[in-house]
Amino acid sequence: MWKWFHQLASPPYFYRIVPAFSAWLMVPGLALIAYGTYAGLFLAPVDYQQGDAFRIIYVHVPSAYLSMLSYMILAVAGGIGLIWRIKLAHAVAASAAPLGASFTFLALVTGSIWGRPMWGTWWEWADPRMMSELILLFFYFGYMALRSAIDDTAKADKASAVLALVGVINVIIVHYSVTWWSSLHQGQTIMAKGGPAMDPGMLYPLLAMIFGFNLLFGSLLLRRTRTEVLFRERRTRWVREMILSPEGQS
Amino acid sequence: MLFRGDRCLFRNVSFAVESGELLILEGANGSGKTSLMKAIVGMLELESGVLEWNGTPVGDQRQEFHGSLVWLAHRVGLKADLTLVENLNFEAALRPQAGDDMEVVLERLGISRLKPLPLRSLSAGQQRRVALARILMSDVSLWLMDEPFTNLDREGRALVLRLVKEHLGTGGMCVMAAHQDIEIDAPTKRVVLQ
Amino acid sequence: MSGQEHNMPGMLAGLVAVARRDLLLAWKRPGDVVNPLFFFAMVCTLFPLAVGPSAEQLTFSGPGVLWVAALLSVLISLHSLFLSDYDDGSLEQFLVSPQPLPLLGLGKTIAHWLTSGLPLVLVSPIVAITYRMPGSVVLVLMLTLTLGTISLSLLGAIGAALTVGLHRGTALLSLLILPLSMPVLIIGANTVSLAAGNETYSAGVWALAAYAVGALSLAPYATAAALRISNE
Repeated sequence: MWKWFHQLASPPYFYRIVPAFSAWLMVPGLALIAYGTYAGLFLAPVDYQQGDAFRIIYVHVPSAYLSMLSYMILAVAGGIGLIWRIKLAHAVAASAAPLGASFTFLALVTGSIWGRPMWGTWWEWADPRMMSELILLFFYFGYMALRSAIDDTAKADKASAVLALVGVINVIIVHYSVTWWSSLHQGQTIMAKGGPAMDPGMLYPLLAMIFGFNLLFGSLLLRRTRTEVLFRERRTRWVREMILSPEGQS
Repeated sequence: MLFRGDRCLFRNVSFAVESGELLILEGANGSGKTSLMKAIVGMLELESGVLEWNGTPVGDQRQEFHGSLVWLAHRVGLKADLTLVENLNFEAALRPQAGDDMEVVLERLGISRLKPLPLRSLSAGQQRRVALARILMSDVSLWLMDEPFTNLDREGRALVLRLVKEHLGTGGMCVMAAHQDIEIDAPTKRVVLQ
Repeated sequence: MSGQEHNMPGMLAGLVAVARRDLLLAWKRPGDVVNPLFFFAMVCTLFPLAVGPSAEQLTFSGPGVLWVAALLSVLISLHSLFLSDYDDGSLEQFLVSPQPLPLLGLGKTIAHWLTSGLPLVLVSPIVAITYRMPGSVVLVLMLTLTLGTISLSLLGAIGAALTVGLHRGTALLSLLILPLSMPVLIIGANTVSLAAGNETYSAGVWALAAYAVGALSLAPYATAAALRISNE
């Protein structure tokens, strides 16, 4: 088992196994998303409180969940790269950032669309989850800005890993402080995720979407990291040999 | 082996410095002399290779190692707003001091009369002499000097060589990066970087 | 070489020496201390000008405005925390000193707070009074600002260390520090608001204190790591 991990950290090995591995993730992922979308849009019963508007949670909830998972992955990968000096870990962190930021943005947009009918406005400051998402987006921006400001890749890796580790602790604290803050300033309705116990007809598509999104995210992250690895290792021998050899042309 | 960005600066460099010896790192500008010195003091990480102090890897004894060396870098590392005395007093807290009288040291370096002035009023050569004062007042065995002759006139250069020779004579060591020819009357090793 | 063990300065000697040196430097350049205070006062005047000086508006927005102004004021003083040391080579000397780097960084942070956060706390009552803040609330403001600016100095040092060598580091620094400082801002400002509304506010004070203690124990290590990385 450990031997496999060790092997995994080697860039050429990683590069080779990702296409197959990510296909194993992407196909079921897309299938689940397809089912979830169809079921969510057409099969799930209409919500007694929100009508058809609630259906956007099928995109909003997975996105929000992934935006946070992505940041955790980014921070953990950065930490692994920093402490154990594994270059692949840094490549994973670099690849996770834009993915996570996109999901955060998606969560914010879908959340806003969801909130509009209930809030009467496109943005409700008092909603703690939306505020946490927004601040998370700022964390992502800071991370990516720091990375792009440092030219030396190794240095950028380490600096952004430190930032991410500091950020991870703060993200959790931000969540709690924003929740406290919004409880002080109540007066607007706060979004509840589906109200009392969710109807199974609503729940299953949601679970499908969550799993599907996760698998999709995993495969996207792997593919992105693969490209990142190729770029970082562009001057090494194994890359040159691979490009020149016949099967490397694919 | 040391990388800088994506460039490998050097590989297969080995050397050993004994008590009383001077090691000179030679090479053209950009050959990696400063980077090698920074790797020695621990500011840069080596991709591969081991650095040992008294037989033990440096990583295991960082505090002792740093407590036994003084580093004269290209930028002198003194505050321009403070006076000479204020700067040297601060330095005393950072590493072991030999307890030499500051007056005597300043006299030797020819900068006594500059005491009340803020460092920014001094010329580059005079500031470098203040940095040398810092070295003289510390009680360490290893002197690491990166291009110590910068901004010094001929008298200053001779002074540096005299100080190094004295230090070696008491059993100290010195690693110096220079791109000029240096002649000194003491055991010397050279490492040339391409 | 012989007297090395005897002459090695104690662990805290570096911290104290760095803090004293930085205070001495600030003494020689009082503008560095006074300018952020003027900035603080000016930002506080912007709000009534922009939004209207009615009494209810002032009392209502007072805690928030003062807190935001304090945050911004600390932010502008942070970018130069390590800058001059980086430029003149002093930072390199810290890296090769036997003194523990986290403590040296902490020494600088302490000096920074004494020359930015503390003056702010002392000046804040003057501005708070113009916002018609009652005396008891002003005390809460000063308490939260003290705890909050300590945390801000500690966290800000991390950001300053990460961006010290960078081109256009100042804008990037703000981008990094603002998200990190949001919990402090939220808790601090709202605690003062609660006090203004005669409600219990102790929870926020404890939270700020806990945050400051946490920052004090963890931030110096992050700052030291960031300093090493920036100096490669």
